[in-house]
Parts: sequence; structure tokens; C-alpha cells
Amino acid sequence: MYTEKVMDHFKNPRNVGEIENADGVGQVGNAKCGDIMKIFLKIDENDIITDVKFLTFGCGSAIASSSMATELIKGKHIDEAVALTNKAVIEALGGLPKVKVHCSVLAEQAVKSALYDYSLKSGKVIAGIENFKPDEDVHDHDDEQL
Amino acid sequence: MKQVYLDNAATTMVHKEVVETMNNYYSNLYGNPSSIYDFGQTAKKAITTARESIATVINANPDEVYFTGGGSESDNWAIKGVMSANRKKGNHLITTKMEHHAVLHTCEYLAKNGYEVTYLDVDSDGLISLKELEAAIKDNTVLISIMFANNEIGTIQSVKEIGDLSKRHGVLFHTDAVQAFGHVPIDVKEMNIDLLSASAHKIHGPKGVGMLYIRKGIKIDNLIHGGAQENKKRAGTENVPGICGFARAAEIAMKSMLEKMTFISGLRDRLIKEIPEKIENVKLNGHPTQRLPGNVNFSFEFIEGESLLLYLDMEGIAASSGSACTSGALDPSHVLMAIGLPHEIAHGSLRLSLSEFNTEEDVTYTIDKLIGVVNRLRQMSPLYNRRK
Repeated sequence: MYTEKVMDHFKNPRNVGEIENADGVGQVGNAKCGDIMKIFLKIDENDIITDVKFLTFGCGSAIASSSMATELIKGKHIDEAVALTNKAVIEALGGLPKVKVHCSVLAEQAVKSALYDYSLKSGKVIAGIENFKPDEDVHDHDDEQL
Repeated sequence: MKQVYLDNAATTMVHKEVVETMNNYYSNLYGNPSSIYDFGQTAKKAITTARESIATVINANPDEVYFTGGGSESDNWAIKGVMSANRKKGNHLITTKMEHHAVLHTCEYLAKNGYEVTYLDVDSDGLISLKELEAAIKDNTVLISIMFANNEIGTIQSVKEIGDLSKRHGVLFHTDAVQAFGHVPIDVKEMNIDLLSASAHKIHGPKGVGMLYIRKGIKIDNLIHGGAQENKKRAGTENVPGICGFARAAEIAMKSMLEKMTFISGLRDRLIKEIPEKIENVKLNGHPTQRLPGNVNFSFEFIEGESLLLYLDMEGIAASSGSACTSGALDPSHVLMAIGLPHEIAHGSLRLSLSEFNTEEDVTYTIDKLIGVVNRLRQMSPLYNRRK
């Protein structure tokens, strides 16, 4: 059902937890649909993501997608992080079952949501985040974004 | 690693004795029961004996027992066969919102083809209201189909009361007893059951074989047309090894049934008592007492069922969940929705289903591992209030 990479990130999720006084926090999804992701970012004066943590309520692929997304943006400049796509998360995980693709979409949105929060707090303009709508429900299981 | 199988409502280990019985009919007594020579007649006799064993379980007459390809076929046959054969009387049937899909999807199919279906609500324990059932009966009502015991939450309906009510109103009563057959006492005569579905693989028998009890004199059309097998009611060469295995499993189930019920429900009650003592924010789903001896179903707040199952699997524990994510569906199980659980609570459900092969040690091990797994997932959950 899941690739070895997915199972690895599910069994040993990286970057679980919270960051106190985070520079950016984003939460997407809802409990009704069965998955919620929350991402915390620590960003330095050069706009480098020095630390990232996540909390996820959801299935195996939701946890693995969150874990992988945090790995992919850790140590990166915010301009790189904002360009993270769900496809990149899926590729890094070695693939996701079709019905679980929405988990990777949620991970992408969680990262964007946290960056959006950072841009609001810091007043910095992040190219690519202008059109992000933090309250939009991206949770569409039928939306195959592959 | 220790392995604990707690998904006996999904399927069960086949008894060694059952396998031995079946092997004999695969390798030695392999004749076609329709053949006139000795090979065939030996197989035919075996089916006759098997039919008697199965009939005993529910206090039916052997000629009221028809072998099928499993519980789903039995449900399909009972509902489609009775509705089409009694079209003159009416086109209405009554069922509940928490039936197995073999019943629900059959009803939906009939509804698309000119039949009228009433889906009864159930209360928070999973019981139907007899008053609502009675009020739903109309002049054109032909059949009531209500499950004996629910596969997910284990609630056992007041079957005799439903049977009596059906009889009083001259409406036929079918019950899907796949989870109850061979697990709890059933008496079709005393309970006024007209049709009853059962399956072999839920009682340590083989997969792919089941039966439908049809009370003598009931009008029912065939579902599988073809040969003259099963008193011309169900075509197809009989699955002789499967049928004989089913009968052997039923005989074993009936032997000391009450002792087994006591043992299994003892394990169940330990889980039901100890899990809430050791884990906060849990909710028992299903009726507290009127439930299958082997069924435990809890919702764990703040976590999701699929990840719970996968983490338990890592500890060697096999279980089941009504979470949407375990089925690829959008919504959690229709049963958990029917008893009124909010989505987020339903997503965190866990079913542990026991058998006579489980032990006290299995229960201790499972509770111990469950504490750790639930805590680990809660530490990861944004919904959980982590106390510092």
C-alpha cells in the first residue's frame, strides 16, 4: 500500500513538535475530513528557515507527507520553500496511493500557510504567496493533482 | 515478534480439524454430488449431513438450509429473491441505516429499479426502535431486513421482538446473522425469523461458502440460475469441501458455545474496562452489554484510525477501524455515522474483535501497546492539548 519511504517517514517522522515563538505558523485541513496539519517555522534575518516542526492529525500518508515537507524546506530560503509543490513531496516519498494524493496537497498548503503567516508578521513580501488564501478549504479528496 | 490477531470480525483462522475435513473432500472424496456413481453419492451424502449440522445451529429443518457462495450472496438472494417473488403483494421493504453493505447496496439497487425502501434510524447504542419499525410498516411492505448483530460495533438487536412484530403484521423477516451465527444462540422458530444469512469464514471455517435459511413455504425467486442443485433453488456444482468445512466449523462452534461465550466476553470486558482506565478521552461505541461476545469498539479522541492501525501493526497487533482513510472513502463508516458520532470521533475508531484463540496475555499485551501508540499519535496531533 505505502512505499518504504512513506513507511519510514510515518514510523520515524522527522521534525515533530512545536516551536515556541515561531516566526510563522500555518494550519490547514479539518477534523471532519480526518486530517489537519500545523507547521511552525523559525526564520533567521537572511530569510533562511533554520528550524521547522509539525503536528498532524491524520492517516499514515498525512504524517509522512508532513514529515517529508518539513525535511524539504529545512535550511532553505523562504523563496525556495514557497515553491514547494505537492508533486515534489510525492516524488520524495517515492509515490503515494491515488486516494492519498490530497495529503501531499495539504502538506504544500501547510507550508504556504506558515510562510503567509510569516509574511504578515514580518511585513516581508514573498513572491508566490500573494494569492494564497489561508482560509480556503483545499481539502478535496477527488482532486487528483498528479 | 509477538503477533496478536484481533480482527476476527473480518475473518478467522480456520480450525485444523476443518482443514482436515476439507482436505479429504479435495483429495479423496472429490466426486460431483450430481453424479450417480459412488464418488458422487458419497459427496451427496456428505452435503446432506452438513446441512443437518448447519440446521442444528439455528434450530431449522435441514431442508430449509441452502448453501451459497458466502454471506453477501445470501443477503443478495434473500432480499432480491423475496422482493421479486412477492411483487404482487407490494414493493416496499424496511431496513436500517447500519446494515452491512451487502444489504444496503442491494436495497439501493432495488430502489433504482422501482422498489421502495425505508431506512430506519438507530439510537446511539445502535438499537432500532420497535415503535418506529411498526410505524414504517405499510400495506405494500413485503420484507423487513435487520441485522442480528452489527459487524462494527457489535450491538445485538432485539431479534425476537422484531420477529414477533413482523409475524403480527404478516411481513417477512430476514436477518443478516453473519456476525452472530455460531457465536450466540439463535432459534429461528422461537425468534420468528423467516430468512437468515450466515457465512463460514467468521466461525473458523473456509472463505467463499455461506448459507441462507429460508423458512419452508416462503416465496423466493432464484438468484443463480442454472442446474438443479440445492433443491433447484441455487444452481452451481456444490462446493463440497467448503460445505463440509462449514459444517465441521459449525459443529465445533456449537460444542460448548456457552463456555466459549463466557471466555471470549471475559476478554472483551477486560478490554472495555481497562482501556478507559488507562487511556483518557476514549469512548466505547456500541451497546454496553447487548453486544457480541468478541466485539470491542473504541474511539480515541485527537487521533486518526489508519495511523493507529499501522502503529499497532508495527507491534504485531492486527485490528480494524471505521476511519475514512482505511477505505479510501470520504466519510467514516456509515455505522459510526448512524449512531451519531461526529466525524472526528468516528475517524479515531478502533475495532478489536476476539476469538476463542485469543488469550488473557493477548489482552494485556494489546492494552500495554495501545497506551504507547495512542500517546505517540496524540503527541503528534494538533488537536491534543499537550500538558507540559
